[in-house]
Amino acid sequence: MEKKTAAVSLRHITKAFGTKVVANKDVTMDIESGEILALLGENGSGKTTLMNMLSGIYHPDSGQIYVRGEEVHISSPKDAYDLGIGMIHQHFKLVDVFTATENIALGMDKQKAKSNRAIAAAIREICDRYGFDVDPDQKVYNMSVSQKQTLEIVKTLYRGASILILDEPTAVLTPQETDKLFAVLRNMKADGKSIIIITHKLNEVLAISDRVSILRKGEYIDTVLTKDATVQSLTDAMVGGKVSLDIDRPEVKDKQLRLSVNHLTCLNKYGVKALDDVSFDAYGGEILGVAGISGSGQNFLLESIAGLQDTEKGSSIIYYDSETNKPEELVGLGVPEIKEKGIALSFVPEDRLGMGLVGTMGMTDNMMLKSYENGFIFADRKSPRELAYRVKDELEVVTPGISTPVRRLSGGNVQKVLVGREIASDPTVLMAAYAVRGLDINTSYTIYRLLNEQKAKGVAVIYVGEDLDVLLELCDRIAVLCAGRLNGIVDARTATKEEVGVLMTHLREEGNSDG
Amino acid sequence: MDNAAAVAKKKEPLVRITRRESMKTYKSVGIRLIAVLLSLIVSAFLIYSITKVNPLKVYVSMWNGAFGTARRSWVTIRDVMMLLCIAVGLAPAFKMKFWNIGAEGQILVGGIATAACMIYLKSLPPWLLFICMLASSLLAGAIWGLLPAVFKAKWNTNETLFTLMMNYVAIQLTSFFVAKWENPYGSNTVGVINQTGREGWFPSIFGQEYMLNVILVMVLTVGMFVYLKYSKQGYEIAVIGDSQNTARYAGISVRKVVIRTMLISGAICGLSGFLAVSGASHTISTSTAGGKGFTAIIVAWLAKFNTFTMIAISLLIVFLEKGAIEIASQYNLNDYVSSMITGIILFFILGSEFFINYKLIFRSREGGAR
Repeated sequence: MEKKTAAVSLRHITKAFGTKVVANKDVTMDIESGEILALLGENGSGKTTLMNMLSGIYHPDSGQIYVRGEEVHISSPKDAYDLGIGMIHQHFKLVDVFTATENIALGMDKQKAKSNRAIAAAIREICDRYGFDVDPDQKVYNMSVSQKQTLEIVKTLYRGASILILDEPTAVLTPQETDKLFAVLRNMKADGKSIIIITHKLNEVLAISDRVSILRKGEYIDTVLTKDATVQSLTDAMVGGKVSLDIDRPEVKDKQLRLSVNHLTCLNKYGVKALDDVSFDAYGGEILGVAGISGSGQNFLLESIAGLQDTEKGSSIIYYDSETNKPEELVGLGVPEIKEKGIALSFVPEDRLGMGLVGTMGMTDNMMLKSYENGFIFADRKSPRELAYRVKDELEVVTPGISTPVRRLSGGNVQKVLVGREIASDPTVLMAAYAVRGLDINTSYTIYRLLNEQKAKGVAVIYVGEDLDVLLELCDRIAVLCAGRLNGIVDARTATKEEVGVLMTHLREEGNSDG
Repeated sequence: MDNAAAVAKKKEPLVRITRRESMKTYKSVGIRLIAVLLSLIVSAFLIYSITKVNPLKVYVSMWNGAFGTARRSWVTIRDVMMLLCIAVGLAPAFKMKFWNIGAEGQILVGGIATAACMIYLKSLPPWLLFICMLASSLLAGAIWGLLPAVFKAKWNTNETLFTLMMNYVAIQLTSFFVAKWENPYGSNTVGVINQTGREGWFPSIFGQEYMLNVILVMVLTVGMFVYLKYSKQGYEIAVIGDSQNTARYAGISVRKVVIRTMLISGAICGLSGFLAVSGASHTISTSTAGGKGFTAIIVAWLAKFNTFTMIAISLLIVFLEKGAIEIASQYNLNDYVSSMITGIILFFILGSEFFINYKLIFRSREGGAR
């Protein structure tokens, strides 16, 4: 044969959910052996659905899949494994109380079952070959996120996968960990494996991939060689038009102290310090970024301020009213008291549908969440309805109607509903956690614009983020959390990504935490 | 790889299941009607294979069993009201995702409280006695609902087990009072209470013995609908039912609402004990609740907590029961046959929900190639 057979060929793949949502429409593409292919697209463009069809979770409505030249029907993840296709999902599928070896032994065929020692030896062999770093006897609950991810990859390789699919692998990693992952991926590529990486971080696409395939609204747009692509060209292809990629950072002159956090300490449910003696100030007219590996105490910090978290003795959170400048101690106040005292605090929590909104309710009822106490016996629905229409118009929320349950809306629209409601209450302090996670580029920029508008109005914005590039472009200052401690506050205008990355991972020595 | 070859030979699966977006109301009602029709056809085969009786005749006698005479119709209506009352009581708890499977117990203690009033306070003027019965049955049910709620709120105990076990406590309590109030002596039943003076019996309204039952339950049905849909407290219940975290975020005290809602839920179930004793049987026994507390759970869920839909579902279930008893006696069938028919019909109705939420896609003739 003169023409090389592709590792995987997709031909005219179509998949619809219900009658309205077409996740993939007539997608045709190839993945070669020994290459890293980036699958790029905005949220809802059908990347994950397409890959789920390769890994046996969904079955296409029509179209054919060829693996190494032969037509196949993959109707279960086991079929996919038998074909040498392995997928590493965003949410790891590991058993916490098992060791690395036990996790890999899990779910193996009886005939292929081996002793744990044999498996451990095989794991070491794989690690040596590709440069992984896994201790076969370590329990999963003792592993960091990046170690868990490594274990998932090793597990897939151990089962004989030659085609690996990674779904947003860098979303949970620090810059240093990302570099390590990429080194391993290059080793695997050199070994002839095919790697598909789903992502929407463009600089990573450029750093790691050989070719980039772009999907938009479920349709295949194009495949380009990475060496011919730029961030701008990929964005334009992904969005289907020209997009400005600069994030605004207006300078506000008159900065007033709005929130002063002192010696804030919280325990998690196991009695371990989730936040340890954290002190900082937040000013009106600035965006204070909060960076850190996920689980470094970001949620505890915001929930303590919002009155949702018990704090330890000695903690103090002082709020200064925007009109009277009257100080108010927030520690010891619950949400009802905060509302009662008229403290203008808005909070966009990380878990949008599980905490910020009620998924089964429509926009009107969700607007009510902040104001339902008004009215005698019967809840007032008139002003929430007006607010719902206002948010829908001003933020261009796409919804069949204001009474459609919000969980049926796309992620971006859900976030617009939530942010819209929080901004509408004229906050003095606005907290937002991972406000653009999972949102497409256009919606992300809408959110940045809204945050900047609030900043310009003199609101103190606290923004917890994970994308360091964005934090450095959007924020005025960045507070870096590491293992529950405030590891330093840097000026976002001058700091580098590496500086922040080091602060995220390496706890500084005692003493000077009030930079 | 041998396995890989095996996969390559595999054909597209014959049937796949996918979720439906949403369905027009008339279509979903249509599917449910078809389900009932199908269940009647399947039951017809069953009836014929066992009894060799014309199934149509059997269905006619089912109808007669429920609505054959005015008296029977009223008994049917009375039982519908009882079931509806319990389901209305369960609605707020289940909407809050508080699994109150203790309605049986709440009914029984409400019944005991009513019977106690009838026995010990029969010298009171009728209106005062009525108020005493109403208040004590509400209170007894409320206490039975309060206990698991307090434990849930304070120590996060499992309410499913707790409410279930409270049922057995209530049954034992009923046994105790049946023994205490035994009449005539040695019968091991309470007998009809106040048979001569009818103290504490529901009065006839417009000449109808069970009109008061209808009025009370209809008021509750409308009231609960408005409460859940338009009141602040109903809103709080809905938020907690969807996400306790969101409730905390909004400043709703989950503990307070759980306790308050279970007081209401228990009280209404207790009230249905009042209906059962004072408004229907005029006696009390361990079978006063008779499984209705569990059947009402089906009613509440099938109606998706819409109290007006509950009327139709209660009617269907009671109709089936009445009809089944009638055919059992008329054609000398065992009681179990009627249970089988009821079971088949419920199976089809519940099964139809699957087809409303999902659809099946069959492999196309050409083998999936569009």
